[in-house]
Amino acid sequence: MTEDLHQLAKMLHELDDQMVACMKCGMCQAVCPVFAETMKEGDVARGKIALLENLSHEMIADAEGVQNKLNMCLLCGSCAANCPSGVKVLDIFLKARVIVNTYMGLPAVKKVIFKGLLTKPALFNTVLDLASKFQGVFTKTASEVIGSSCSRIVNAPIIGERHFMPLAKKPLRKLEPSLNTRPGKGGYRVAFFPGCVIDKIYPQVGQAVLKALRHHEIGIYMPTGQCCCGIPALASGDKESFDKLVLRNLEIFEKENFDYLLTACATCTATMHELWPLMSGDKTQSMQDRIAAMAAKVMDVNQFMVDVVKVSMPVQGSGTKVTYHDPCHLKKSMKVFEQPRALLKTNPNVEFVEMADADRCCGCGGSFNLQHYDLSKEIGTQKRGNIVASGAQVVATGCPACMMQMSDMLSQHKDNVAVKHVMEIYAETL
Amino acid sequence: MLSTSLLNEFKTLLGKDNVMDSESDRHAYSYDAAVLDSVVPELVLRPTTSEQLGRTVALCNENKLPMTVRGAGTNLSGGTIPTKEHGVVILTNGMNKILEINEEDLYAVVQPGAVTAKFAAEVAKRGLFYPPDPGSQAVSTLGGNVAENAGGLRGLKYGVTKDYVMGVNFWNAEGEYIKSGGKTVKCVTGLNIAQLMVGSEGTLGVFDEIILKLVPPPVASKAMLAEFDDINKASETVAAIIANKIVPCTLELLDNATINYVEDFTKAGLPRDAAAILLIEVDGGHIALVDDDAEKVVEICKKHGAKRVQMAKDAAEKNKLWEARRNALPALARARPTTVLEDATVPRSQIPAMIKAINDIGVKYKLQIGTFGHAGDGNLHPTILTDKRDKEEFHRVELAVDEIFDVALSLGGTLSGEHGIGTAKSKWLEKETTKATIIYSRRLKKAVDPNYLLNPGKIIGG
Repeated sequence: MTEDLHQLAKMLHELDDQMVACMKCGMCQAVCPVFAETMKEGDVARGKIALLENLSHEMIADAEGVQNKLNMCLLCGSCAANCPSGVKVLDIFLKARVIVNTYMGLPAVKKVIFKGLLTKPALFNTVLDLASKFQGVFTKTASEVIGSSCSRIVNAPIIGERHFMPLAKKPLRKLEPSLNTRPGKGGYRVAFFPGCVIDKIYPQVGQAVLKALRHHEIGIYMPTGQCCCGIPALASGDKESFDKLVLRNLEIFEKENFDYLLTACATCTATMHELWPLMSGDKTQSMQDRIAAMAAKVMDVNQFMVDVVKVSMPVQGSGTKVTYHDPCHLKKSMKVFEQPRALLKTNPNVEFVEMADADRCCGCGGSFNLQHYDLSKEIGTQKRGNIVASGAQVVATGCPACMMQMSDMLSQHKDNVAVKHVMEIYAETL
Repeated sequence: MLSTSLLNEFKTLLGKDNVMDSESDRHAYSYDAAVLDSVVPELVLRPTTSEQLGRTVALCNENKLPMTVRGAGTNLSGGTIPTKEHGVVILTNGMNKILEINEEDLYAVVQPGAVTAKFAAEVAKRGLFYPPDPGSQAVSTLGGNVAENAGGLRGLKYGVTKDYVMGVNFWNAEGEYIKSGGKTVKCVTGLNIAQLMVGSEGTLGVFDEIILKLVPPPVASKAMLAEFDDINKASETVAAIIANKIVPCTLELLDNATINYVEDFTKAGLPRDAAAILLIEVDGGHIALVDDDAEKVVEICKKHGAKRVQMAKDAAEKNKLWEARRNALPALARARPTTVLEDATVPRSQIPAMIKAINDIGVKYKLQIGTFGHAGDGNLHPTILTDKRDKEEFHRVELAVDEIFDVALSLGGTLSGEHGIGTAKSKWLEKETTKATIIYSRRLKKAVDPNYLLNPGKIIGG
């Protein structure tokens, strides 16, 4: 055991250069959504870095305790965006999760999901297609405005008290099979990566993106066989499954030429643009170059519409009050926050209103929501409060994961506020 | 090891979630923002009520457990690093309420864990002003501010934390309740214990409630940025502004090294060859008065040899002028892995001599040092950029810090303007004061804390 711990410590040494940059000033406490709820130092970036350092210097024996603290994180990046000394907190945490996971092993249920399902997209799709047909047996509609569902039985496994978004009757890949079109007047040709949540839960978002692209006569490459961007596996420290997913996607998208690789999911965008190259250090130089070249093409669809297509300039419309939630992975990771607002304002039927703390994390954090639902809900409830206080009838955002979380929170409070993707609202004008 | 029965007693008192004894939890409270070795506490406790706090202190005292009270842990002199043997950390963030903001009598009552910036914002909402603004205000707690007598950028005109403390109610080492000061402007009841608590770094009592003074806010302000090719000219300008009976609310200085680190980081077009930049802000109760003062300041800057003076026309421009100062610490902190942030302070007329000495020390010990700080009150932040993993270099840092303090004292200054003494600077205390001062302070402590359990070892050692 001590020998193992020594091995773990040695593996963590690779993070030393990045961790030493943390001057322990504690400014991360001001912005961490998890710390705001628990007020415990081990839950904030400074504390986690100190724990990792002490594990790396063999001052701590309880690796599992440190792993639990590491998982107590939304990976929202608020700390990194606010860090005076520019510590690359997410790089450290993701790499640390991989290292600690290699040492501790992956929980059985995640093994089944990542290794058995996620890396096999055909099987993954079949399982969820089947599930979509039978979900009505166990669930009922919770809110018509939001379109959410809840369990028919109390204390149902996994679902619990959640008001979740049901699987779409038909996923995007059935509504819009593969596409490979040439550009018209728009001049550009893009690849479109819908991502799992848009494909399976919000196909209408994917359809809105395609409608806009067609309207502007942009050539579209949307191949079949796309799989998950890899973030759920990486966030759980499963680098092997992550690598497989990156490689599969890379091979599919390398088959054709295009100017940009678009996604309408903030988390997919940040993962592909930043984490694919970040985690490729153990690959051959040529593989690293391939990944870097693909990552450089990745762009958020809002940014593409405003910065590249240069859609008509914003007007302040009137009618439906719409507010905007900044997904962490768009604002803090990709620095995209003006474009979605500009896009919303192009709709003459939209009266745009800002909510307080628009860039405060919604509390979803992917699997964080599954592991720490109570905490996720407390953070989400604050977001819900800000949405409602803005007086908006619609909350728009740029990430389907945020959409799911906000739908759950609003639906549980019986708020008549619809949750939409920015592209849905933009596409209404076309 | 602590006995199970004592642990259970704490759990019954505070609730299981507020008694942290796991290895990973304890390691997360073993450090603060000072560049010092960490010390892992044996137990971390979080009371959520005044009664719980008093009982916690009493229990620690009965069981001879040394207590270190911790707010946000942003201390820069090691004051919140626990004691080596059986150290217990008492967290205040479970007691973070603003109990009262009184708009008629201009005071507020807060619990020690209330966060400075949140409190200041709440006060501002009522049209009032709480001026102390330490650099860590976004997270720092008012209890910590009082215990350290925290300063900030507004010190010259508005004073520091001590100038706003009207009363402190606290638990003594035995867990008995002590009241001092009050809610009235005038109050001479008993010894002035409240001010004794200010800057006591947790060595004399455990704060329960703090009464703070509030003031009306200024209604107008103007910011200016002046560049100098000679640090002496900048210093003369500072002296001349004050000699002209103008007291700016901020008067910040960046030296040449800091300007260059900021420019490397932001590429905002700062003058790399300037010896110093002064960021000056004047405020007041009437826009016409403020405009007058601002024009006079510009004149004085030019008269004393400023190469260029910019005045912000609106809020956006003011924000832009502030950018260089705001980025000083981030730019310095990014340059090397370890940032040693000092706060030696000298009479403001000695700033040129101090900066020259700091630069000479940097050359002598082959170290990178950038200096910025509060020129109006002589409180400089010589910031040494290093890598603590490089033992040889870090030894040179320690020698340089020794020498910086020697110079500051020889210029009639002090070891610490606002960061506190903690354990980081206690060894120099006698140099600035006298042996008898330390003995006197230790006797005082012994009298109120006979078991030496309230943050022992801090300030006066022993």
